[in-house]
Amino acid sequence: MKIRFWGTRGSIPIALTAPAIRAKIVAALAGTAGRTLDSPQAIERYVDEELSFDIRGTFGGHSSCVELAAGAEPIIFDFGSGARPLGQSMLERHGGAAQTYHVFMSHVHWDHIMGFPFFAPVYIPGNRIVIHGCHAVLEQAFRRQQAAPSFPVDFSQLAARIEFDLLVPGKRYRIAGVDVTPKLQRHEGDSYGYRIEAQGRCVVYSTDSEHKVDDIDERQAFIEFFRGADVVIFDAMYALADAISVKADWGHSSNIVGVELCQAAGVRRLCMYHHEPAYDDARIAAVLQETRRFEEITRSGARLEVVSAYDGLELDV
Amino acid sequence: MDLNPTSQDGALVLRPAGRIDHATADAFQAALQPHLEQARAGAAPVVLDMQGVDYISSVGLRVLMMAARQAHDQQGRLVVAGLTPLVKEVFEISRFNLVFEVYDDVAGALAPKGGGE
Repeated sequence: MKIRFWGTRGSIPIALTAPAIRAKIVAALAGTAGRTLDSPQAIERYVDEELSFDIRGTFGGHSSCVELAAGAEPIIFDFGSGARPLGQSMLERHGGAAQTYHVFMSHVHWDHIMGFPFFAPVYIPGNRIVIHGCHAVLEQAFRRQQAAPSFPVDFSQLAARIEFDLLVPGKRYRIAGVDVTPKLQRHEGDSYGYRIEAQGRCVVYSTDSEHKVDDIDERQAFIEFFRGADVVIFDAMYALADAISVKADWGHSSNIVGVELCQAAGVRRLCMYHHEPAYDDARIAAVLQETRRFEEITRSGARLEVVSAYDGLELDV
Repeated sequence: MDLNPTSQDGALVLRPAGRIDHATADAFQAALQPHLEQARAGAAPVVLDMQGVDYISSVGLRVLMMAARQAHDQQGRLVVAGLTPLVKEVFEISRFNLVFEVYDDVAGALAPKGGGE
């Protein structure tokens, strides 16, 4: 399986600003002193090998959207603004050929559905888009988003065949060649995580999920949900101190809890996701380094690899 | 859990020991609770001397947060001192160093001014 991240920012899309890009260029050029960068190859080597990711790149600003390539039919998690570039990529990959897409929705808050009207395959006849989720209001949310006066193209005008498939939390399904198990999560209006199992591998998508660290039953349920996963995509939006104080009941979690749960569940790789929109690239990079250190000092068994998702990241599973 | 309460310069000093995690957090909270009434307006701070704490997990940090909140509601103070290097790192990574009064040692916690980080 291969995971491609198209939108990793939490709550609202953000964009790099001119001052932020200028600061990256200044930092990059500051490191060239005394170097001989007299060929494109030398420049690329300097950029790729000498500059840190937060200088040479960006974690990106699209809201939640993740692609999982596990079989012939694409699987997508959430329709945040990252669905727009994903749709373009799908057209480039599949051309005009009819395609079936399976989309698993964590929930229907704005930042998780806003990319749907910009997902180009919905305008192409012959395409079939199956939107799976556990919310009874699933279809209503998508239709309402495109109703006047909020959007110029009504849902009824979409050329693709759009289907809604209501799932039951805790029940295991066989969809698009993978086994899928949804799980109820703590979030305003509820959210659902998805455990995907296929080809002897396991990926868990668990975003917009708050964890009450003193709730032993809930903790154990998530350990079982994450058990032995190759990758857990985890809502690590806040620092723990914020998540259990001023931002308690805001519906999100922390890097600390992500590491603790994944260590207890024997997960191979934790992928921090749903980045705080107020964080710049340097801040997210610093959180990643701190989280790796936290994993190191709390490790009692096998190493848990910690990565931070960014728009464009691909993970082989 | 025995917090080994002592009095120093008129302040209550508590000394938890070992790991404070999911296995021990309830016992830690139960042991701490009776002492919190001493965190009140005009009184010296209640000091948690953490020299003997090897590790504190998220649930242990939550106990501290709730206790500090109660102390604050009572117009008192609950402060921590003597963090081991590892626990100090946990405080920093979790940002508890930004929301808690942290001192190098008990003397610093009881000094008239500062000594904190």
